[in-house]
Amino acid sequence: MSDVAERVKKIVVEHLGVEESKVTENASFIDDLGADSLDTVELVMAFEEEFQCEIPDDAAEKILTVKDAIDFINEHTK
Amino acid sequence: MFDLTGKTALVTGASGGIGGAIARALHDQGATVALSGTRREALEATAADLGGRAHVVPCDLSDPDAVAGLVEAAEAAAGTGLDILVNNAGLTRDGLAMRMKDADWETVLDVNLTAAFRLSRAALKGMMKRRWGRIISITSIVGVTGNPGQANYAASKAGLIGMSKSLAGEVAPRGITVNCVAPGFITSAMTDALSDDQKSRLLGAIPAGTMGSGADVAAAVVYLASAEAGYVTGQTLHVNGGMAMI
Ligand SMILES: NC(=O)c1ccc[n+]([C@@H]2O[C@H](COP(=O)([O-])OP(=O)(O)OC[C@H]3O[C@@H](n4cnc5c(N)ncnc54)[C@H](OP(=O)(O)O)[C@@H]3O)[C@@H](O)[C@H]2O)c1
Repeated sequence: MSDVAERVKKIVVEHLGVEESKVTENASFIDDLGADSLDTVELVMAFEEEFQCEIPDDAAEKILTVKDAIDFINEHTK
Repeated sequence: MFDLTGKTALVTGASGGIGGAIARALHDQGATVALSGTRREALEATAADLGGRAHVVPCDLSDPDAVAGLVEAAEAAAGTGLDILVNNAGLTRDGLAMRMKDADWETVLDVNLTAAFRLSRAALKGMMKRRWGRIISITSIVGVTGNPGQANYAASKAGLIGMSKSLAGEVAPRGITVNCVAPGFITSAMTDALSDDQKSRLLGAIPAGTMGSGADVAAAVVYLASAEAGYVTGQTLHVNGGMAMI
């Protein structure tokens, strides 16, 4: 597992207080991990902080699953 | 009741009459306070007077870059996250609307409303993480009633009320409350400048028969900042001796 994926999963586990085993790449934040709309905003802000990148609103709207987040960060950071 | 031990508060306009009273009251309840304003000396005098748990973080709220760094500066000075934000700084540039300059409109909106929004946004970041926070903005009776000669000021104060209600709805699930306190006529440098004739006319409109004090406003802020007021959000608490019952 790549470093980015591990760090993303760690943030999700910490923020949503869910079990690590549930945080699979295809898990949806809202449908599978119980996030509400505030949680998704907080997650995006936590990703921005951890990876020192900016996630614009239109991109953030498309980050629905753990994999979406990992892909966005891989594409937008070195 | 209303114990604030272990909490950190940032008070803007702490160099002024009401802000100084608010800082003192929060400090009396045990909070650590960060005092902001443009006049460093006045802030330092208040901090020295309070003794420990008081920090000075000067900031010109009409300067967006300075506003952007204020919450961080307060947290650094206090050495903890910010639990309580009191948006108290405010200014007036009165004049009849037909003669009001754009600059007078803009300055009042920038300092009274836009800076309060930016500070609230910055403060919310840490409050969301810590699942606790209080944002209290000092609005005014005229934000609800309007006042000829104060279109800019009344708009900024009404804006604070609308902003607070909206923020309150957004962050309520995180243990954060957002409220306003709306003073009526409070003795201050501003009201000291009124003539005796003006004063007696004003007092005639106040059922309580006296002007309020900074301490009256501060007590309302202490209540809203407390754990006990955790179920009160999106509200405006009027402190006006019955001048307007709204
Ligand atoms: N007094 C009343 O009857 C009354 C009634 C209703 C509402 N209010 C509201 O209560 C609040 C406090 O008023 P007050 O009576 O205590 O007035 P004040 O004594 O004139 O205090 C105003 C405070 O705002 C600060 N301030 C003004 N412009 C600023 C800027 N550009 N950057 C940073 N700080 C700035 C001042 O700081 P510096 O002096 O250090 O620049 C001062 O500490 C205001 O929001 C006012 O609208 C007052």
